[in-house]
Amino acid sequence: MAGTAVLGRLTWQVGTVTALREETSTARTIVVGLPQWPGHLAGQHVDVRLTAEDGYSAQRSYSIASAPANGNLELTVQRLPDGEVSSYLAGALEVGYPLELRGPIGGWFVWEPDTQVPVMLVAGGSGVVPLMAMIRTREAAGNKAPFRLVYSVRSPDTELYKDELAERQRRGDGLDVTYVYTRTTPPGWPVPPGRINAGVLESAGWPPDRRPAVFVCGPTPFVEAVANLLVNAGHDSRLIKTERFGPTGGKS
Amino acid sequence: MSHMDGNMLGGVLGELFTMDMTMAVGQCTSCEATSTIAQTMVYADAPGLVARCPDCDAVMLRLARGPGRAWLDLRGVTYLQLPVPAEP
Repeated sequence: MAGTAVLGRLTWQVGTVTALREETSTARTIVVGLPQWPGHLAGQHVDVRLTAEDGYSAQRSYSIASAPANGNLELTVQRLPDGEVSSYLAGALEVGYPLELRGPIGGWFVWEPDTQVPVMLVAGGSGVVPLMAMIRTREAAGNKAPFRLVYSVRSPDTELYKDELAERQRRGDGLDVTYVYTRTTPPGWPVPPGRINAGVLESAGWPPDRRPAVFVCGPTPFVEAVANLLVNAGHDSRLIKTERFGPTGGKS
Repeated sequence: MSHMDGNMLGGVLGELFTMDMTMAVGQCTSCEATSTIAQTMVYADAPGLVARCPDCDAVMLRLARGPGRAWLDLRGVTYLQLPVPAEP
């Protein structure tokens, strides 16, 4: 459980890549089989460590994309220009290769399916990954809390989980998805490309008096901008949880 | 300079402590505001990790790694309140 003592220190474990799915031309989902994996909470992340033959090693944090399951988890990795870890994970890595990781990590940016409070998810780019874990966990748990996702992407060809989100929305089980395109829109899109703004958050999110649980994940400037817009619109800052990823060190 | 959330410290602190330290609440020695470690602002560009107070920007925690050892500087934290199981 989040926030309660766990049994020991985090240790590295070695899993095996059991499947790969290309999500876009620059992102792929990696399914990792880990016999000892205890499951996780939606929103948690893992640290992945790559070690070269000469002993050089590099590690990065990646959000878990899948709903909790014993024995496996999924990561979706966006290939970054000059990303020494992401270029391997979203490039040379093949099914059957070992992958060293530790986790699950983090008890704060998590959604637990024992609540019925409305949920507002705001994603910038690959920040959608931990939010997708929340959407998938909601369904796996049979939770009916109403979810609204506002997903800001550069262009239609960079949308992650496009078909799955469309299918989930079509099913009409309480998930609404609104896209914001910052550079290129699909043909016939009613508004020109532009950044997320107060109007979109107001029309596609929940009013502050519903006191939704809010999760915002994306690059640091995106998260700062969205959090400020939400607070200015009257949302309680204590209900807004954020996860930023930067160009170095962390989620990349 | 861009920062990340203290949430990302979970892995490195999890090497040193047996509980999830991102849920620990720390009081900033500079402004006396309290926040979870998850909410601090982490700068990873320094040699090591620097976590700053989300309210006043003061340095609360620094963590550096070397071969076979780690240095944890908590002089910016008055106290840490840790979640523990209730007494039976």
